[in-house]
Amino acid sequence: MREEEKFKIPIGPQHPALKEPENFSLALKGEKIMGVEIRLGYNHRGIEKAAEARTYVQDVYLLERVCGICSHAHSTCFVQAVEEIAGAQVPKRALYIRTLIAELERIHSHLLWLGVAGHEIGFDTLLMYTWRDREIVMDILALLTGNRVNYGINTLGGVRRDINKEEIETINNGVDILEERTKYYIEVATQETTIIKRLSGVGILSREDALELDAVGPTARASGVKRDIRHDDPYAAYAEIDFNVITDDHSDVYGRTVVRVKELMEAYKIVRQCLKDMPDGPITVKVPRKIPVGEAISRYEAPRGEDVHFVKSNGTEYPERVKVRAPTLANLRAVKHMLKDRFLADMPIVVAAIDPCFSCTDRLISVENNGSRDKQFLTWEALRNYSIEWHRDKGIDFTELNKNFRKRLGSI
Amino acid sequence: MTQEENLKQALVGKFGYLDGKINITRERRIFLEVEYQNFANVFEYIVNQLNFHHLCTITGLDEAEKLSFIYHLSLESGVLLNLKTGVPKQAPVIKSVIKYFPGAEIYERELVDLFGAKVEGLPEGNRYPLTDDWPKNEYPLRKDWKAKGK
Repeated sequence: MREEEKFKIPIGPQHPALKEPENFSLALKGEKIMGVEIRLGYNHRGIEKAAEARTYVQDVYLLERVCGICSHAHSTCFVQAVEEIAGAQVPKRALYIRTLIAELERIHSHLLWLGVAGHEIGFDTLLMYTWRDREIVMDILALLTGNRVNYGINTLGGVRRDINKEEIETINNGVDILEERTKYYIEVATQETTIIKRLSGVGILSREDALELDAVGPTARASGVKRDIRHDDPYAAYAEIDFNVITDDHSDVYGRTVVRVKELMEAYKIVRQCLKDMPDGPITVKVPRKIPVGEAISRYEAPRGEDVHFVKSNGTEYPERVKVRAPTLANLRAVKHMLKDRFLADMPIVVAAIDPCFSCTDRLISVENNGSRDKQFLTWEALRNYSIEWHRDKGIDFTELNKNFRKRLGSI
Repeated sequence: MTQEENLKQALVGKFGYLDGKINITRERRIFLEVEYQNFANVFEYIVNQLNFHHLCTITGLDEAEKLSFIYHLSLESGVLLNLKTGVPKQAPVIKSVIKYFPGAEIYERELVDLFGAKVEGLPEGNRYPLTDDWPKNEYPLRKDWKAKGK
C-alpha cells in the first residue's frame, strides 16, 4: 500500500484517554492499524543516575519509587542484589514478610487491573466492584506497613516492621472475603458473554511470538509460556512455598484476564501459607554501610512480570551502577505486534492488557481525633450516612432501589 | 555435577580461552567476560547451542577507558548467564543482537542514548529514552557527566 493512503494518528504523550505519558503513532487504513510506532521516555526521571549519587540505604527508598503500584517489587529486587554482594544472611522471618507483602501487592495490582480492564471495555460495574474490594487489601497493606503504596517495609538485611497475631487475624479475615469475591470474578470472567465476546481474539500473541519477543509475566503466561521467576529463579521464601504457575492457551486479552483472576486465587493461597509457616526470630541482620566490591543481578516476579535489577559496587557506600529493567519495557515490543492489523477500537484494551505501570498514589487519610474543637471527624460509615442524607434532602433517595437490588443480587 | 558446572565445561570445551574467566557466583548465576573480537561467536553459541532463549536486558557500564556491556541471558530453568564484553570508549562500536532477540531493540537504544554506544544494525526509529532535542555528545550515564543545575 502506498504511504499516502495511510492515515496517521498520534495518541499521546498527552491524551485524554491515556493515563500515562507515552506516544503511540498509528498508521491506519480505514479502521485497521497498519503500523505502530511507540515513542517512550516521557516519564524518564534519571533514577539510575540519581542512584549512583545516593547511599545504598537512600537508594532503597529511591528505587521503591520507580513505580507506584509495584513499589515493593523494585525495592525487594534492589535489596536482594545488594545483600547478595554483601553476603548478608537475611533472617527467614524477614523473607516470609517480604513474600507476604509481595503477594498482597500482587492482589492489589491484579484487582486494580481487572477494574481498569472493565473500564476500558465499558464495563464500569466491574471497575466499581473490584476497586471496592481492593480497598480491603489496601487497608491490610496500610496496617502492616503504614502506607497504601511505597510501603518502605524493606531495608538492607531484612524488613523494618514485624507482624503480630492481631494483624495475622486481620489478614486472614480479609483474604477470606477477597477469596469469595474473586470466585465471583472468575465466574464473571469465564461466563459473562460481554466479557468473553469483547476480549476473545483481541490482542493475539501466539506462544512462538511471546517467546521470540521476550514477553514476560501474565502476558507471556496467557500465551502458554510457563515463565514465572517465583518458580524458575526463586527468591525470598518462594522456594518453600507451594503454588501453581498459572498459564492459559487463549493467547489473547481474554487469556490474560483468566490468568490474572486465577493468579489472585494462588496469591491468597501463598498469603495463607506465609502466615502459617512464618518462623519466629529476628527480622533483620546488620549490613555494613560500605558494600564490598562486587556485582549481582536480582530478579523478581512483579505483578506485571519479570523485574530485573543489576547492582555493581565499588567498596564505598555509593553504588557504582544500578540498572533497572521493569516488566513493561519488556512487553512493549509485544504490544506493537498485537496491535498490527487489528482495529483501532481495540487499542485501549490491548495496551491495558499488558498492565502498563500507572502511578497510583491516591490515599485515604485517616486522622485521629486529637481533641481539636474546630474540626469535625467522620468515620467512613458516618460519612456514608451524611452523603445519603444530603442527597435525600435534595430529593434523591435510593433506599427502595437498594432494597430491590439487594433482593435480586442475593448473596453477592 | 550441577547444571551451572555443566554449562561452564561446555563453554570452556568450545572456547579454550574462556578457561578461568567463568565465575559461578551462586546457584543459577554465571558471570563471564570475553574480548569483543570473540563476542559474536560466544554469544551465538550461548543462544543457539546452550539454549539461552530469553534476554532479560543489557546493562551498560562506563569503566574509564572502555564502555562495557553485560548481556543478561536466561534459561527457562532459571539459570542466568551474564556475558560481559567491552569496547574502547573512543570508538564504542558494537553489533546489534536484534537478529537473535527482536526485543533487544529498546535495550540497545538505551545504550545509544545514555552511554553513547554506536550500535551497528539497529533499524531507523524513535530514540529512547532521551528527548528529541537532547544536546549532542551528552551521555548521562557516563561517569564524567554531571547534571547541570539551574
